[in-house]
Amino acid sequence: MLEFAFKGSKKYYGWMTGLLVLIGIGFLVYLKQLDVGLGITGMSRDVSWGFYIANFTFLVGVAAGGVMVVLPYYLHDYKAFGRITILGEFLAIASVVMCVTFILVDLGQPMRVFNVFIYMSPNSVLFWDTVVLQGYLLLNLIIGWNVLEAERNGVHYQPWLKPLIYLSIPWAVSIHTVTAYLYCGLPGRGFWMTAILAPRFLASAFAAGPALLILLCMIVRKTTHFDPGKEQIQSLAKIVAYAICVNVFFLLCEVFVAFYSKIPEHTDHLKYLYAGLHGHNLLVPWMWASLILMAIGIVLLVNPVTRKNESVLTVACIVIFIGTYIDKGLGMISGGFVPNPLHHINEYWPTLPEAMITLGIWALGFLILTVLFKMAIGVKEEVRA
Amino acid sequence: MERTRRNILKLFGITALGVSAKPVLNAFAKEQGHPAEPQIRKGEKALKAKQWAMVIDTRQFHSAHDLDPIIEACHHAHNVPAFENKNHEIKWIWDEKYHHAFPNKTTKFLNESVEHRPFLVLCNHCENPPCCRACPTKATFKRESDGIVLMDFHRCIGCRFCMAACPYGSRSFNFRDPRPGIAEQNDQFPTRMKGVVEKCNFCAERLAVGELPYCVKASNGAIKVGDLYDPDSEVRQLLKENYTIRRKQALGTEPSVYYIV
Repeated sequence: MLEFAFKGSKKYYGWMTGLLVLIGIGFLVYLKQLDVGLGITGMSRDVSWGFYIANFTFLVGVAAGGVMVVLPYYLHDYKAFGRITILGEFLAIASVVMCVTFILVDLGQPMRVFNVFIYMSPNSVLFWDTVVLQGYLLLNLIIGWNVLEAERNGVHYQPWLKPLIYLSIPWAVSIHTVTAYLYCGLPGRGFWMTAILAPRFLASAFAAGPALLILLCMIVRKTTHFDPGKEQIQSLAKIVAYAICVNVFFLLCEVFVAFYSKIPEHTDHLKYLYAGLHGHNLLVPWMWASLILMAIGIVLLVNPVTRKNESVLTVACIVIFIGTYIDKGLGMISGGFVPNPLHHINEYWPTLPEAMITLGIWALGFLILTVLFKMAIGVKEEVRA
Repeated sequence: MERTRRNILKLFGITALGVSAKPVLNAFAKEQGHPAEPQIRKGEKALKAKQWAMVIDTRQFHSAHDLDPIIEACHHAHNVPAFENKNHEIKWIWDEKYHHAFPNKTTKFLNESVEHRPFLVLCNHCENPPCCRACPTKATFKRESDGIVLMDFHRCIGCRFCMAACPYGSRSFNFRDPRPGIAEQNDQFPTRMKGVVEKCNFCAERLAVGELPYCVKASNGAIKVGDLYDPDSEVRQLLKENYTIRRKQALGTEPSVYYIV
């Protein structure tokens, strides 16, 4: 089926070349990072995880979000989603590949990464995170590929796939739960030390993932002969609407607990993010922008008139995607490290090389996504014709 | 060689023979009942403890100058580099003000001498260390024989999970090659490479040859170390006679560094 990825218009080849250039630049900067060390990033002794880990966390969410099309179709027999489940699964594959790459570039000694398997440490959440991420990647590859091949051959997929499909549903929840456990089980990090962190991660994931999928569906409809469908997009939009409301609700729960109890270890981080602490306020405009974007998203999606208008829906999905990206990509990780355990304040901001490597990894993800979508849509167009 | 079924079966046969020969070779390697495996034994002079602990009498320190020789002794002996860029800072032992060392034990109107006093902070060699729990490769571990939390610099993959897990900010990461930052290299202790985490090792290399840690030696008696579980040890005597505090006791990590205030 891969042959579909090599047949395309000039625009398609232009897009792929552009992505390859970005990947190439990112790779060259990464070689520099390998040579000099992680010192070329903005990370420090105090903020020891930065943009890479933040992007990783966000993308685990996007990957898990794919389950929002798989679950209604396979568990509730919601037939409309049958048209787009493959897009959800392929989005998950591209996202997990980006996640793994972000983890790799964040390592100080990447050539030793197999130590994680040689010296297996079940007490480390990071060990479990590698297990669940790779499992999820494998499940989606097997399921996506086989279901698509069956569709191409005009037959029902093999019965042995069914248990794997059912397994992939709780597995999607597990990847983001384990990722949240990386943070929320650490003593002395008040910002993350909350049992609602995993649910909150999932809520933002189920908003950001399907929002991106809606945008991708719109692009697919515009650039190919395959229409993912009006009903499908509207159903996804309702899922995004619920998830973004729950996400903001969870955030408000955090705010209540921190500020009603007034325990400094919990309020300090929120104060730093939304108001600034002792004159340090690098992230304040970003965090408010995130809140406002998510609020606009809620207004546009909850109201049926605006939700049903597809051009307004596109705007809503864009603001929700950006809003949740800032929330998780900038605030969630730095917010936990500032102030540090000794109550010193050292702020973090990614450097240019760090941003270029990040961009390269996103380009890699989109390259994989484009190839996978090209295949899926090629098959769908072929079957229809 | 042609890849026929016959040849592959032959190869399996030879492999099986080789695998089964290993125990036989082991048996020959054994000498009169003594196992051939290498053994790690403690040196005769080595200082031993069930759980090493440290008591710092902060009353004996008045200004940051009093701490300088201690920090210098440690950092010089352990090849800790000095860098201009604060982001890349490496430190094993350093000084902090009271309200940074004990952020949840401050009062509004603190005793003046305590407020101005410098406090030495370092790895607490917790009895219940969150860093060791977090490490995905067991590169940082609590040594069972004496409770010191150690680092294997050659196994560390540089994921920095231990840094996020440590509630005391005791760990540093080599954001760049540390060697250019070392003014005068001590050949008795290994330097590190970029991309690995490091921290205080309770001078495990000195205890092994019967010497006390560098900080203890440079402190003019203000820092004492000993076995926390030996009722007759010097640290236990100090703990009996003085009121001591530890950093962030409420977290349950059981730090092994005690402060007399």
